[in-house]
Amino acid sequence: MKEIFKADKVVKKFINTVALDQVSVSIPKGSIYGLLGPNGAGKTTLIRIINQITAPDEGTLNFNGEKLRPEHISRIGYLPEERGLYKKMKVGEQALYLAQLKGLSKKEAMSRLKKWFGKFEILDWWNKKVEELSKGMQQKVQFIVTILHEPELLIFDEPFSGFDPINADMLKKEILTLREEGATIIFSTHNMGSVEELCDHITLIDKGRTLIEGDINEIRDRYRSDTYEIGFQGEAEKLRQSLNNHYKLLETSHEGDLQKARIKLLHHTTDNELLSLLIPSVHIISFNEVYPSMNDIFIKVVKDN
Amino acid sequence: MNKIGLIIKREYTTRVRKRSFIIMSILGPILFASLMVVPALIAMSEDQEVKRIAVVDSSHLFMDVIPESEYLKFDYLENARLNDIKRTYSTGGYYGVLYISHIVAFEPNSVVFYSDKQPNLATKMHISRAMENYIRDQKLKTYEIENLDNILKSVKTRINIRTIKITETGREKESHTGVAMAVGYIGGFLIYMFIFFFGAQLMRGVIEEKVNRIVEVIVSSVKPFQLMMGKIIGIAMVGLTQFMIWVVTTFLLVTLASTLIFPEMNMSPTEQVISQDIMSSGPVEEYPEAEPEAKSEDMDEIMGFLSSLKDINFALTLGSFIFYFLGGYLLYGALFASIGAAVDNETDTQQFMLPLTIPLILALLVLVNSINNPDSSISFWFSIIPFTSPIVMMGRLPFGVPNWEVGLSMALLVITFIGMTWLAAKIYRTGILMYGKKTSYKEIAKWIRHS
Repeated sequence: MKEIFKADKVVKKFINTVALDQVSVSIPKGSIYGLLGPNGAGKTTLIRIINQITAPDEGTLNFNGEKLRPEHISRIGYLPEERGLYKKMKVGEQALYLAQLKGLSKKEAMSRLKKWFGKFEILDWWNKKVEELSKGMQQKVQFIVTILHEPELLIFDEPFSGFDPINADMLKKEILTLREEGATIIFSTHNMGSVEELCDHITLIDKGRTLIEGDINEIRDRYRSDTYEIGFQGEAEKLRQSLNNHYKLLETSHEGDLQKARIKLLHHTTDNELLSLLIPSVHIISFNEVYPSMNDIFIKVVKDN
Repeated sequence: MNKIGLIIKREYTTRVRKRSFIIMSILGPILFASLMVVPALIAMSEDQEVKRIAVVDSSHLFMDVIPESEYLKFDYLENARLNDIKRTYSTGGYYGVLYISHIVAFEPNSVVFYSDKQPNLATKMHISRAMENYIRDQKLKTYEIENLDNILKSVKTRINIRTIKITETGREKESHTGVAMAVGYIGGFLIYMFIFFFGAQLMRGVIEEKVNRIVEVIVSSVKPFQLMMGKIIGIAMVGLTQFMIWVVTTFLLVTLASTLIFPEMNMSPTEQVISQDIMSSGPVEEYPEAEPEAKSEDMDEIMGFLSSLKDINFALTLGSFIFYFLGGYLLYGALFASIGAAVDNETDTQQFMLPLTIPLILALLVLVNSINNPDSSISFWFSIIPFTSPIVMMGRLPFGVPNWEVGLSMALLVITFIGMTWLAAKIYRTGILMYGKKTSYKEIAKWIRHS
């Protein structure tokens, strides 16, 4: 797969700290790439380096196979976490200004803005001052400004903060549409739910170093814990008695008359062996492997480190 | 480059459309125009009031001695008692009572003016001078000199010092110190005001962008240096626009006011004001016997004023004003911008403002010195040192400054503002993306070293 962006062994030092220590990422074209990490991990620094707001001390950066250059800025869209607008300026005028700063001509910016404002049904905000808008409304304007110049690479830093669920859902759909249209999206967040839902690749950084990087399914595979969830009817006690010391019953619960149990395989046993052990004792309704949630992986990896 | 243009345009248009800018543009000229017109108006209205003064002359020497002017009339009341008149003068339509005791020739304090109002200096001088001359002439007459009148006329001399400045080319130029002082002071003070006013605007603009968090959006499109320069230049243009509006509107207002209020005098506004001043001070210096002569001397003086105004060369003064305004503003502007970038809110700016405020205030103090003493060494040095030169040099320029000094001062100013902008850009670049931490000088020194 071709990468749209590649950072190799990037180092960025600040006065008292090392913000990024030999961080490498490669972002496949057309992916939704999750940039994860606790606060202060170095995510924002990495994003600023991609945006050429700051320059790295060491390491190489490539955009679409070329060395990253200032001209590439017009092909990147960035929605920062700490985002704002000029409060006293009118919405339309401001959007026009920011679009022109990204290199669009006034005419082009105007026609695209009209289209997007129409799509989001916010055309009547055009002559309002930003300070009259709610935070969610401002976010919509910022989103439009970020994607208006049709960038190939989009960077969203905590995009859902400040949105109500309805608008967050709308934003999610827009992000997926953009990807379908060929854009690559970098997605920086703490919200693991949205990572599982949207991302296909992730990198997890902490204290300036990469902890995991790669395809999200491969990573989840790697962190499988050989745990299965069984839905059954019958007595939980019977199920417990049927297990030998090759299995560990983690927990049981019930929803109505449906019982649930989580069992971990030990000593190289297989799921089939477990099933054959259980079938005689209870009536099995469902049998699933429990994949670790990204949240679990996140916490586990950061803690282990 | 195109992007800097966009930033300049935004800074300019949003600021020029602000209500405060419009109010300043209207109030400024009204203030300046009234500063010029009102004193003239006051001088005129005082003169237009006819003052009738009752004279009680117990010496019987001064009947019809004090000359009447258009606005000063004297009634010599014979056989009137001072105490009666003192009670009734205002019902009799008099402005006041002048009492001359009989020992006036030997006792200077024996003339008293009674009134419920304070007579102005011109009135008092008018009376005392007429009486002094009369007493002197009378005393001289007792010596019984032949042809006394002619002798007196021939000994009367009046000295009027004209100051003529010899320029480097050897050309002689008539100068007028008062006008030069006024022009120098106003120019220097305006630059001081503009640097502070627009510097603070720039600083607030940077803080606004930082606090609103729009700066991160913008620096992902343009370089921080472009943003900073765009803001600095945009606000400089706002300042120039404001200044131009002030100059043009003040001129129009004063012309309008002078044609409405002083229609009889068809002169340009500044000439008008100055001639008004001279006219009102005229009676003070006049010798009663030599009135026509004195008038023509007054005219000479007016002409002197006018020609010295022309000598000041407004194009050159305006040109250097714009240069020093821009130079001074750019020098301080970059520093104001970097302060704005270093802090999180306006209250934190104070500790960093001090090093900028001190040279500016110092320059203002030296400005006062240098309009009095334009060639002193303190004026010289402060008009060369870039941090004070924009203000102090403006004070010296109307008196004429050697070209090499102006050149050196301008060159140093340009070099320093480039250096300061470079330094400020380093602080700015780091500062605009720093949040939460309270910045110290030590911290800023690190930013400069590490970027």
